[in-house]
Amino acid sequence: MKLELGRIFIRDVAFGAETRVENGVLTVNQEELRKLILADERLVAVEFHIAKPGESVRIIPVKDVIEPRVKVEGPGGMFPGMIAKVDTVGSGRTHVLKGCAIVTTGKIVAFQEGIIDMTGPGAELTPFSQLLNIVVHATPREGLTQHEHEAALRFMGLKVAAHVGQAGKSVQPDEVITYETLPLLQQVAKYPNLPKVVYAYMLQSQGLMHDTYVYGVDVKKIIPTFIYPTEVFDGAITSGNCVSACDKNTTYHHQNSPVIEDLFERHGKDINFLGAIVTNENVYLADKERSSNMTAKLVEFLGADGAIVSEEGFGNPDTDLIMNCKKIEAKGIKTVLVTDEYAGRDGASQSLADADKAANAVVTAGNANETIVLPPMAKVIGYPEQANVIAGGWAGSLRPDGSIVAEIQVITGATNELGFNKLSARGI
Amino acid sequence: MRIVHYINQFFGGIGGEDKADFRPEVREGVVGPGQALNQALAGTGEIVATVICGDSWFNENLEEAKATVLEMISKYSPDLVIAGPAFNAGRYGMACGAVAEVVGKQLGIPVVSGMYKENPGVEVYRKYAWIVETGNSAADMRKAIPAIVEMVKVFAAGQTPAPGTYIERGVRVNYMADERGSKRAVDMLVKKLTEQAFVTEFPMPEFDRVAPNQPIRDLSKAKIALVTSGGIVPKGNPDHIESSSASKYGKYSLEGVTDLTAETHETAHGGYDPTYANKDADRVLPVDVLRDLVKEGVIGSLHEYWYATVGNGTAVASAKAFAQKIAEDLHNYKVDAVILTST
Repeated sequence: MKLELGRIFIRDVAFGAETRVENGVLTVNQEELRKLILADERLVAVEFHIAKPGESVRIIPVKDVIEPRVKVEGPGGMFPGMIAKVDTVGSGRTHVLKGCAIVTTGKIVAFQEGIIDMTGPGAELTPFSQLLNIVVHATPREGLTQHEHEAALRFMGLKVAAHVGQAGKSVQPDEVITYETLPLLQQVAKYPNLPKVVYAYMLQSQGLMHDTYVYGVDVKKIIPTFIYPTEVFDGAITSGNCVSACDKNTTYHHQNSPVIEDLFERHGKDINFLGAIVTNENVYLADKERSSNMTAKLVEFLGADGAIVSEEGFGNPDTDLIMNCKKIEAKGIKTVLVTDEYAGRDGASQSLADADKAANAVVTAGNANETIVLPPMAKVIGYPEQANVIAGGWAGSLRPDGSIVAEIQVITGATNELGFNKLSARGI
Repeated sequence: MRIVHYINQFFGGIGGEDKADFRPEVREGVVGPGQALNQALAGTGEIVATVICGDSWFNENLEEAKATVLEMISKYSPDLVIAGPAFNAGRYGMACGAVAEVVGKQLGIPVVSGMYKENPGVEVYRKYAWIVETGNSAADMRKAIPAIVEMVKVFAAGQTPAPGTYIERGVRVNYMADERGSKRAVDMLVKKLTEQAFVTEFPMPEFDRVAPNQPIRDLSKAKIALVTSGGIVPKGNPDHIESSSASKYGKYSLEGVTDLTAETHETAHGGYDPTYANKDADRVLPVDVLRDLVKEGVIGSLHEYWYATVGNGTAVASAKAFAQKIAEDLHNYKVDAVILTST
């Protein structure tokens, strides 16, 4: 499977009469988007904002972040199984509006959370402070159940991103990167002397606000399966989770899945990257056992010498991470794990809820309990009082002057376990 | 740099074991090993006062000892405290560690100590002190002094001691690495695959394993309590237990409660889909079923309170502290067994 990813660098974003890209400037027609969004009768009102890097703007709570992309050649459309037909994606050509994103926010579903600051110390911890963000703030109809509300916001983000992405369809990209993975036997034969590597891609699946979708299927209901890595670049994995926002993967993270990008970087040089296995993190022990058994079996079946295993979330999923590690290592296949830590605000507590000596190669994305003061911002999009109840905040987190004192857990993507950031932790 | 030195009755020249109940006293300037430290620190800092306390008195009057010693130390407005070295003297090490804890927490200044690696003070207090590893007796003093002095000099220069120069404190601190995590992971895997040396970023800890108690012989006479980390609280979460990283637990009355409903109870937990627990909190805290079991005579009684916290992202150290208090309370109420529900 071969995909050309054409990146169109976006330098500025503005509202305008039509949705298009010209000379690196993205203009967006709000009325078009409003019509598209309010076609969903679960939503009754919507407003739009633009938040740029360096501006004194806070977005709270964040539901999802999505990158506008469009299929130019090859089968399928963006977000297959969700808003496009379930064709297999990941081949042909895709254009990306690089440097901008759709950020969804709105009235609270349950513990809906996540903060993006566009400037200040909080901005340094979230990659989304570096993007030109089109923020969509929607109000749901009265009386919606939480599950319907969540679905409405989730689909809204995907539709807006796909619509805006269309603007890049016939624009000449600034750069084109080609990724290719061959069918297994051919791929193995292509680099016979390089160690074979598989990516075990763990996805949150603990329920409302903790769900992920692969080709439209709630991953709670999947048995671990193989995907070509380029499928994720076309939106095959979408996010439905944002609670404890620091280590939840937004759709943007999946579209730019960093372990996949960095494995491709060494592909054909130091390793032979065979592909990815998507697996889940269900709450029942039987599910955990079944999924980790299947994952280890697939890693072995593909003939891997090594595997990277990335976690999503913490606590309960730590057990899935360790099960995957133990079972893969037990087959004589070397693993590296990517996780984050909950070592307490003083950093002195036990970081993970499970451990094993087989896990001897671990990358950490930092201690999510470390506290931070987020200074007041001139403009707040959303509901700042949520700071008092979101995961990582406490009663009194929002201070009278508008500043927030909380754990970095509240910041969207701060300790992302796909390894999106440079943040790490060490023992002293 | 202004330094206060903490030592025990033996190094303070008061006496041996017979004087171990010596109450804290403060002296201007140096006493005992402080002399050698002060000489070696010339130009960097000065020991302005020495606090002396008997090891038995300190450990037997822990709270009073910490408060008294803290007060004595803080009067001198030091920039740093040296405690010990204690070598393998257990009670002395524990006292030095407790001084490090209270000074670190209240004054926010570094505390440098020296101990043998098996001194119990290391295990209990290493996160609060910068402990130089010493031999197991005072015969090692001539090596311990320069090591402590070196560490004080590092602090005087405004730096943090390098890993390897002290007993690891088990404290995790965030920093910005040179590369993003995914690249570090791929680099680590390539090294692991090609048998090159690599360093894990998180060494796996040894876990506490708790052996279960003996089973209850006769449930029909047993008093059963409910304790949960699933966050079930009275509607409105009166104690504001946090949805993640809880700093407290709640104790709530079950008097007259036979069934938890959407009107009366909810979950404060942010780590799972709350819809079903909010509809019927008995799903997490099974009060209704236990009331039935009492009626049927299967269990003796249900304890009149339940205890709840949120397990989501809560530090193990916090959970341990809650558990100690809850267990004490359960013990006072003569509870025979506990059903712990998690989510």
